[in-house]
Amino acid sequence: MAAPVSLQVEFGGGAELLFDGVKKHQVTLPCQPEPWDIRNLLKWIKQNLLKERPELFMQGESVRPGILVLINDADWELMGELDYKLQDQDNVLFISTLHGG
Amino acid sequence: MAGGAEAARLSAEIGQREQELRGLRDRLAAVLAGGSGAAAEGSGAAFPGELPPLPAQASLSPADILRYSRQLVLPELGVRGQLLLARSSVLVVGCGGLGCPLAQYLAAAGVGRLGLVDHDVVETSNLHRQVLHGEARRGVPKAASAAAALRLLNSGVQYVPYCGALDPRTALELVRQYDVVADCSDNVPTRYLVNDACVLAGKPLVSGSALRLEGQLVTYNYQGGPCYRCLFPKPPPPETVTNCADGGVLGVVPGIVGCIQALEVLKIASGMGPSFSRFMLMFDAREGRFRNIKLRPKKPDCAVCGDNPTVTCLQDYEAFCGSSATDKCRTLHLLSSEDRVSVEEYKKLLDEQVPHVLLDVRPQVEVDICRLVHAVHIPLSKLEEKDEEYLEYLGKRICEEKQRTNGQTSFPVYVVCKLGNDSQKAVRILQELPAKELGSVLAKDIKGGLMAWASKIDPTFPQY
Repeated sequence: MAAPVSLQVEFGGGAELLFDGVKKHQVTLPCQPEPWDIRNLLKWIKQNLLKERPELFMQGESVRPGILVLINDADWELMGELDYKLQDQDNVLFISTLHGG
Repeated sequence: MAGGAEAARLSAEIGQREQELRGLRDRLAAVLAGGSGAAAEGSGAAFPGELPPLPAQASLSPADILRYSRQLVLPELGVRGQLLLARSSVLVVGCGGLGCPLAQYLAAAGVGRLGLVDHDVVETSNLHRQVLHGEARRGVPKAASAAAALRLLNSGVQYVPYCGALDPRTALELVRQYDVVADCSDNVPTRYLVNDACVLAGKPLVSGSALRLEGQLVTYNYQGGPCYRCLFPKPPPPETVTNCADGGVLGVVPGIVGCIQALEVLKIASGMGPSFSRFMLMFDAREGRFRNIKLRPKKPDCAVCGDNPTVTCLQDYEAFCGSSATDKCRTLHLLSSEDRVSVEEYKKLLDEQVPHVLLDVRPQVEVDICRLVHAVHIPLSKLEEKDEEYLEYLGKRICEEKQRTNGQTSFPVYVVCKLGNDSQKAVRILQELPAKELGSVLAKDIKGGLMAWASKIDPTFPQY
């Protein structure tokens, strides 16, 4: 059994508007048989934080094009993307890219 | 004391005359700058042709030394850096909220040549953030207006206004003529177009963006670093993209990002080297926080800068992104014409006092700006949630109005929003509600929304 994991989950660039405009969420993921990774975190977010219009946030099991995922201020691609194993006290930021000027 | 009053009167008059003169000079400059550009609009082909290379300067003139003295004494820049700046050309794509402060600082710093691209004209709603344009230049192409303002700031810089959209047919030729490109555009297709042109031409790209109270900045395609497509191989679904008109933007936010963008361009052009290659700067104005994010390296499988690129010439970016290369609001076609009325038709039924309910579905912040007094207000989000409290309130208002009629079977509800997009979504929701919710209603939306009302029916109604 993996122990519960506490995270700070943040949304920005407008992605927070899908979460009642709240940018910072303190989240505790419950114990589960396998360790928590980003793939499971996304499922958990979809069920617990994202109340509607999931298509504006997700596509398949990943985030939709135009959303960058940053783990402890680094591009998730450097960390293993969906397979990154979450550590207690990690900061995960989902940022929608801006296009305005 | 009579002398004092006279002096004050004369001072005021001088001030007023000077202001008039300034306005006239601005307009003259804009007309002169826009002379060739206005004809180019829309065609893209009429852009000024190949530019002669900037003359290589061996030393700074006494005038240059005086003018740039405060930055010349910086060891990081020095005479060497200043001469490199004078030999550099920068293409600014978009003369809006980012492009204005960026071009202003690049001109002030003594860059050799500034290319200024913009397809749009100055509008009143631009002035809060696009600080090179002024009231006197409303209606003037932005590229020409920016060139006119910059010329007053530093006449030693060459300004090349391109009054038209950056076009896949001409973009590569244009980008090849410049040393550094600054993406200050406002839409997704243009961002992919600028990126691909920079990769194909081998130019560094400093890309800024801003919306609401946030900004982002990255330098792409710099000495083996990632390009925009490495980060964003697929364009975002069009319905997830918000423009400044819909989302809003606090003017100083693109101002800050544009200034940092100018700094980054100056560092590249003067040989100091960039700070945001493989890093993204994120600025959250609400929290007053800057964040530096470490980005992935260049991707070997990138479609344009990878090992086996599939994009080897510029393509149709509007088709690729499924959206148009402007930040103008999209027009949704959700309802058929029998479910919609024009503002003229709605005005007629108001005049004839036809019983109905007008439902305004804009967010509260927009209702605070202006509204039609007889409207019932329920934000679209509450309808989407099927919020019981709001639906009950709407049902009550429909009941009240219905009592004035002799039991019409389907009671008319007209739905209005700013432009006539959200109102269509709302009509769909009302049509799909079970009859027990509101009784039998006939929902239609008002085409073009309150902005059509303002332009066609009531000129005193505010436009925003």
